[in-house]
Amino acid sequence: MSTAFSAPNFSTQSLPLNHTSTTTRDSPLVFAKPTSQFLRSTPKLRLSSSSKLNLSRRSGTVVAVSDVVKQKKSKSTPTLLITKEEGLELYEDMVLGRAFEDMCAQMYYRGKMFGFVHLYNGQEAVSTGFIKLLKQQDSVVSTYRDHVHALSKGVPARAVMSELFGKTTGCCRGQGGSMHMFSREHNLLGGFAFIGEGIPIATGAAFTSKYKREVLKEADCDHVTLAFFGDGTCNNGQFFECLNMAALWKLPIVFVVENNLWAIGMSHMRATSDPQIYKKGPAFGMPGIHVDGMDVLKVREVAKEAIGRARRGEGPTLVECETYRFRGHSLADPDELRDPAEKAHYAARDPITALKKYLTENNLASEAELKAIDKKIDEVVEVAVEFADESPVPPRSQLLENVFADPKGFGIGPDGRYRCEDPKFTQGTAHV
Amino acid sequence: MAAIFQGVGAAATLSSSPSNSFVPKKFLTSPRRSFCVRKVPSSVVVRSDGSVNFDLNSKSRRAQQLVANAVATKADSSAASSSSNPGHELLLFEALREGLEEEMERDPCVCVMGEDVGHYGGSYKVTKDLAKKFGDLRVLDTPIAENSFTGMGIGAAMTGLRPVVEGMNMGFLLLAFNQISNNCGMLHYTSGGQFTIPIVIRGPGGVGRQLGAEHSQRLESYFQSIPGIQMVACSTPYNAKGLMKAAIRSENPVILFEHVLLYNLKERIPDEDYICNLEEAEMVRPGEHVTILTYSRMRYHVMQAAKTLVNKGYDPEVIDIRSLKPFDLYTIGNSVKKTHRVVIVEECMRTGGIGASLTAAITENFNDYLDAPIMCLSSQDVPTPYAGTLEEWTVVQPAQIVTAVEQLCQ
Repeated sequence: MSTAFSAPNFSTQSLPLNHTSTTTRDSPLVFAKPTSQFLRSTPKLRLSSSSKLNLSRRSGTVVAVSDVVKQKKSKSTPTLLITKEEGLELYEDMVLGRAFEDMCAQMYYRGKMFGFVHLYNGQEAVSTGFIKLLKQQDSVVSTYRDHVHALSKGVPARAVMSELFGKTTGCCRGQGGSMHMFSREHNLLGGFAFIGEGIPIATGAAFTSKYKREVLKEADCDHVTLAFFGDGTCNNGQFFECLNMAALWKLPIVFVVENNLWAIGMSHMRATSDPQIYKKGPAFGMPGIHVDGMDVLKVREVAKEAIGRARRGEGPTLVECETYRFRGHSLADPDELRDPAEKAHYAARDPITALKKYLTENNLASEAELKAIDKKIDEVVEVAVEFADESPVPPRSQLLENVFADPKGFGIGPDGRYRCEDPKFTQGTAHV
Repeated sequence: MAAIFQGVGAAATLSSSPSNSFVPKKFLTSPRRSFCVRKVPSSVVVRSDGSVNFDLNSKSRRAQQLVANAVATKADSSAASSSSNPGHELLLFEALREGLEEEMERDPCVCVMGEDVGHYGGSYKVTKDLAKKFGDLRVLDTPIAENSFTGMGIGAAMTGLRPVVEGMNMGFLLLAFNQISNNCGMLHYTSGGQFTIPIVIRGPGGVGRQLGAEHSQRLESYFQSIPGIQMVACSTPYNAKGLMKAAIRSENPVILFEHVLLYNLKERIPDEDYICNLEEAEMVRPGEHVTILTYSRMRYHVMQAAKTLVNKGYDPEVIDIRSLKPFDLYTIGNSVKKTHRVVIVEECMRTGGIGASLTAAITENFNDYLDAPIMCLSSQDVPTPYAGTLEEWTVVQPAQIVTAVEQLCQ
């Protein structure tokens, strides 16, 4: 995949747009030149310089970030991108995401949770790289692959695990499930089952931020919204409509595309006329950035710039993170279509291993410290499972609660049914 | 049609009769005239059908007032209105605007989003001049992307604003069905009660004057099963303003159905602040023989039919249900218990419309009180044709209502 977006490859090679075969044709594009160097996937950087041509004037600054990163790498004494504390925080968050998802798989096969469960293994760098830069008041909107976004945003692992088990102590009282993680406290606005559905919600949250600043005159309101979604969503109307509106009104939002090349069994190449998603940003007047999503430090650098832009009121950014999911689309997906060689290629670029290597090589942390974090996270996940196991299932009385915020007609009456089913309900109880 | 018809002796009725569960007395500045035999104090009501009524104590005078057409746009002469009636006269779309403007002044979080709501003033002028007053961000002109801007409204509602989303025509909201069903309706529940969505989605729907099939849709039947949303339909300037204000103040997502042909109705409404309860039905004309349940534009067809019926000696009770979800089973129930016969007149399609649900609800709850099966008159199950004559036959006409009542009351 790394070379798929290199300008030279695209211009010389005809894109397999009309092909009838499936993965075999894709594979050569995918890993013609596998890069094993963590920080020097130069094809990426070559790409960003060519991508400059595609960006509007406004995006000039953002491209420079990748170039800056490249310059940093080429110096003989590399300046570090993170401090020790930041590094450990990133490591811990990614390990939490990985351990949690692995435990989810275990629990699913043991029959503790049901339905559609979509795991995030392999994509941790994107979640950690972006969300760890946010404040609590910033909002995150995700898709059905939202467990790790919730964890990164600060929702306790116990609440997420309980929710997955369908217990009443879950973050959504067991009413949401795997695909609908919400947290008002942490400003996690969901968790959406249909793809693309969350993007307008994210646009709305960004609109509120701008409204607060300009209409309600809360001058220091600089809340940013991040919208995460996949490559399949980038062919959906809601995506384009929201890119238009966000750029039009300069909303403080960052559109983060987690391009893992596959929408269940549909390869991105087969579904998209122009697979380079970042190019679609400039078409709407916002910068479009492509970044290696298996490298948390690169993601973090790009995220800093994009979030900074949004905070300063300069408008939205479209960031395409090239990433990969190690497991199937969901736990029900047999994952037969993907080429094992492709999977092996990306497994070699595991973001957690890479960060570990970076931390140890640059003497930011020792093996022992990292192992201690691993152990700590294992405990956190164990405790989460225990908590979820011991939590009560929702009682019958919970069924009709929360359907309406204002329950005058729809609240629960003394007989346990909706109040409006009682023929007497408007007598005195229906007044505003 | 006239404003709210009232029961026995204007003032007395409101407190005594339990069947009058419409707007409580305290919200009215002056008694409205009665349509019935009883004597009323002299007052003047400017009726939106263009006719003016002074005090009416004789049957004969009443009999002369047959309405020429159900919905008239002729403005009434202000000379006829007496100064004893405070309040001001306006058209229905102005009433909606007034309600919206008052709520926007009252709460800075209320904002409007929709196509052409800002500079253009709204395609039916409901938001005229609001953008000049409140700014372009508060009255937001959106691109033509219903699904996304409705979703944006929902996201804004989740994060603290109170948006009013306008569909230029209700039919366009079919494009927003994804957001309305999945997000607007469900997110309060799916988030375990964490996020409220105090959004109002409004727009004109219904069969107009030869607008063609796609501009003549009645979406109340499509939206009614969505769990988590509340639906109301306005029919007079008075209840339009009241419902608009109540919908904006409500914490629930509310869909307010307006009708394209009713925007130019004129009525005198009170000056002071008032709201209409979202879950209550309106007693339009009390009666004894048969209960006629209706909403929106069909109210006027029913009232026209009622005149004919009264002349023929029947005494229909007309209730404008106003609240399409939930149904005001209290008012409806009291009426059924009194009259034992029900006719539902609606503009929705026969299949799966509001009338179908209402029939089921009444049968379930009040079966013992019914002397005859419920008659439900709905529009034909056909895409509304362009031709005027065909279009007329798709909706229920007053003559059909008269026939139905006569049949029922045999």
